[in-house]
Amino acid sequence: MAAQIYLNVAVSGLLTGLVYGLMALGLSVIFGVVRVVNFAHGEMMTIAMYLAIVCFTALKLDPLLMVIPIAAVLFAFGYALQAGLINPFINRPEHSQFILLVAIGMIIVNLLLIIFGPDARNVQTSYAFDSFEIGTVIVDATKVYAGIATLVVAAALFVFFRFTAVGKAIRACADNYTGALVVGLDVKRLYALTFGIGAACVGAAGVMLVLLVDVTPALGPTLTLLAFIIVITGGLGSMPGALIGGVLIGLTEAMAGLLFTPSAKSMFSFGLLVLVLLFRPQGILGKRAA
Amino acid sequence: MIQLLTDGAQPRSLVLLGLLLVVLVAAPWLANDYLLTVLITILYFAYTGQAWNVMMGFAGQLSLGHAIYVGLGAYTAAALYVHFGVAPWIGLPAAIAVAMACGAIIGFLAFRFGVAGVYFAILTIAFAEFARIGFDHFTWVNGSSGFFLPVANYSHNDLWNLRGNPTMFYYLMLVLTAAAFVLCHVLMKSRMGYYWLAIREDEAAARSLGIDTFRYKMYAVVISAGMTAIAGVFFAFYYNNLFPEQVFHISRSIELILGPIIGGIGTLFGPIIGAFLLTGLSELMQNLMNAVGFDVPGAKHVFYGVCLLLVVLLLPGGVWPWLARLIGVTRGQS
Amino acid sequence: MSAGTMSALLAVEGVGKRFRGLTAVDNVSFTVAPGAVFAVIGPNGAGKTTLFNMIAGALTLDKGAITFGGQRIDRCNPDEVCRRGIGRTFQLVRPFPALTVEDNVTVGGLLHRHDVVAARRRAHEVLWQLDLFDKRHQLASALTLPDRKRLEVARALATDPKLLLLDEVMAGLRPAETDRMVAILTRLNRDTGVTILLIEHVMRAVMALAQRVLVLHHGAAIAEGAPDSVVREPAVVESYLGAEAVD
Repeated sequence: MAAQIYLNVAVSGLLTGLVYGLMALGLSVIFGVVRVVNFAHGEMMTIAMYLAIVCFTALKLDPLLMVIPIAAVLFAFGYALQAGLINPFINRPEHSQFILLVAIGMIIVNLLLIIFGPDARNVQTSYAFDSFEIGTVIVDATKVYAGIATLVVAAALFVFFRFTAVGKAIRACADNYTGALVVGLDVKRLYALTFGIGAACVGAAGVMLVLLVDVTPALGPTLTLLAFIIVITGGLGSMPGALIGGVLIGLTEAMAGLLFTPSAKSMFSFGLLVLVLLFRPQGILGKRAA
Repeated sequence: MIQLLTDGAQPRSLVLLGLLLVVLVAAPWLANDYLLTVLITILYFAYTGQAWNVMMGFAGQLSLGHAIYVGLGAYTAAALYVHFGVAPWIGLPAAIAVAMACGAIIGFLAFRFGVAGVYFAILTIAFAEFARIGFDHFTWVNGSSGFFLPVANYSHNDLWNLRGNPTMFYYLMLVLTAAAFVLCHVLMKSRMGYYWLAIREDEAAARSLGIDTFRYKMYAVVISAGMTAIAGVFFAFYYNNLFPEQVFHISRSIELILGPIIGGIGTLFGPIIGAFLLTGLSELMQNLMNAVGFDVPGAKHVFYGVCLLLVVLLLPGGVWPWLARLIGVTRGQS
Repeated sequence: MSAGTMSALLAVEGVGKRFRGLTAVDNVSFTVAPGAVFAVIGPNGAGKTTLFNMIAGALTLDKGAITFGGQRIDRCNPDEVCRRGIGRTFQLVRPFPALTVEDNVTVGGLLHRHDVVAARRRAHEVLWQLDLFDKRHQLASALTLPDRKRLEVARALATDPKLLLLDEVMAGLRPAETDRMVAILTRLNRDTGVTILLIEHVMRAVMALAQRVLVLHHGAAIAEGAPDSVVREPAVVESYLGAEAVD
């Protein structure tokens, strides 16, 4: 095949991967700080996706405009979830938390199924079929916009965690729970805040993803798995790791889809996951895993 | 043997168990066809729940990809039957062997490389997904188009080839569930059972008492896998069609574990009670909704999710321990 | 091996361990005779628990050798070490919380008795020795700390060890409870001949129990000998005990 096609597919995969990376970033933040294995992560993303669709079809609002509002809604959802349901679970055994989130995920998927039905939905914006030519590479406009938006959000997050007081407080909780308590940080509130931020990431990523793929309620669990693959491969607790992991997975899946049958592409991701779990559980950029 | 089973049990619990057994044996005469299929489903989940419980409840290893053993068992026996005319009873050992080998691989990789807790769970999911996609492309068993067993008419029961009417399948499942119950009971009281509990409670402390934790964790995984494969064989010959998308899907794995979690992990009755509650109540709910003209796909799973949520929040040990205290049948250990 | 190690049950020779730049244990050597009660003392961070963990197989050695009953054990897993005849307790007790006291100890007894009934009988035997028989049906999670400490010892004892490693088994006990534990351990050593190697901070217990004492400081051995003479050595007094501890 022409190198051209490889290049196009690779760039496309890279940009989609960035969006996946943002989703994984949310999970990394949540797991890295609150130590909750958010098994409802992908499901939360589908909530955002459906919200974007509703806004688009009912109110004619472009998804890119809705990134911030919908992210805010997801923030509130995440905050409430952590504060209300998950915080009491901090000291319970690991598998309890896990199952709690499996239950929540199950409820979300099926509520969405009841409300929206099983058929695939998507958003057809006016620029849905536009593309850019960068050198010899042709790439979809939607992917470019999504990629840029992701980088903006990621940068904002980076600034938040590095330079603001709240961001530093959250990182303190991640590093040392007891220490944070001792210096007087309201850890529970910070946890809720963190979950909210993670949820907001996922919300933003979801709004962008709806420009790129169709959504069905069943997409939720698939995305959850993908998020875990990315986070574990890229490194838990490492924000750049999540983005890099996302790009890596996006690329791998795109190339595998090109070289082999499309349906087999996830096999590579799972294979990669197994290898990482066995040989480098802290991921590419992660610190020693929890 | 009976003595071994009843040793330590209170009279009240034995009576209740006996009653339950009588009701279950008599069920085909009392129930209509629909109810019978519901009961088969309940027993199926009670059985697979028991099998999963061996790994989780006894040895503390959380497997979220248990559907892989059902699928491997189902496909092995079905393929042998359809392609080589091998009767399911002969195919059964092969099915069990394949699943056990798979379990051994997963266990070995995980335990040798120190993959535990949540990471172990994710590893099991990865393997199940791998199998799902793999079988989608496995042309010898028709891949994603589905593998079908020839369906005979139900005029007579062919126990050897597992062709027959629901009643035959019902008793088969009942015997399986009862056998699993007995097996788990025996295991729990054995040296291995004690060692599993120790590993579950505190692996490092268990090692300091001379327990080769790697070996016993492997036993748990392999036994659980083998038991689950038997359910797979049943599945293949009862439903007569296999689709990788369904058989290996993560929702099957999660369905499998709902019973034991809700009923009570690590207990003998937990998976059974859990299966009865979940399937029984959801069928009831479904029927009520249909009666009102309300046909909502997905409502059943919302119900499952809510049940799971409630149990995890309010009755973390599961329904059975709470129920047991209520009706006064608790004893010293588990 | 020198002549002194021939008859020793446990021989620790030139053992060292570093953790990324920090030398936790520095060239420590000593031997423990069969049937002896040997104590290792020293300030916090002196390397006592690291030493223990190396003997018990929970940590690998960077250098040196550990010989038990004439055989090298420094490359063994913790479970293999136990099978060879070394039982251990943990500094922060680790009972099996959901199991009863009896079941906890039965797990230990199952090492050498594959029949559960026989193991339970052994458990009862040990529970009598440790004064826990009356509480055998209680859940381990419901026990008080002193009882948990005795449970820990009982469980290790049920594995029929030749050598018992006790890691600060008196910590957190009141004087009366300490005396009780000392009495139990003395009786055990005398009646069954089990060799005891203990880490201890509670000097009252050390003086009452130990026949020989090793003092560690910053990972190195600074004194070894009979308790009375060791506690008077200037280096020991200066680094660890202070003048008041010497009666």
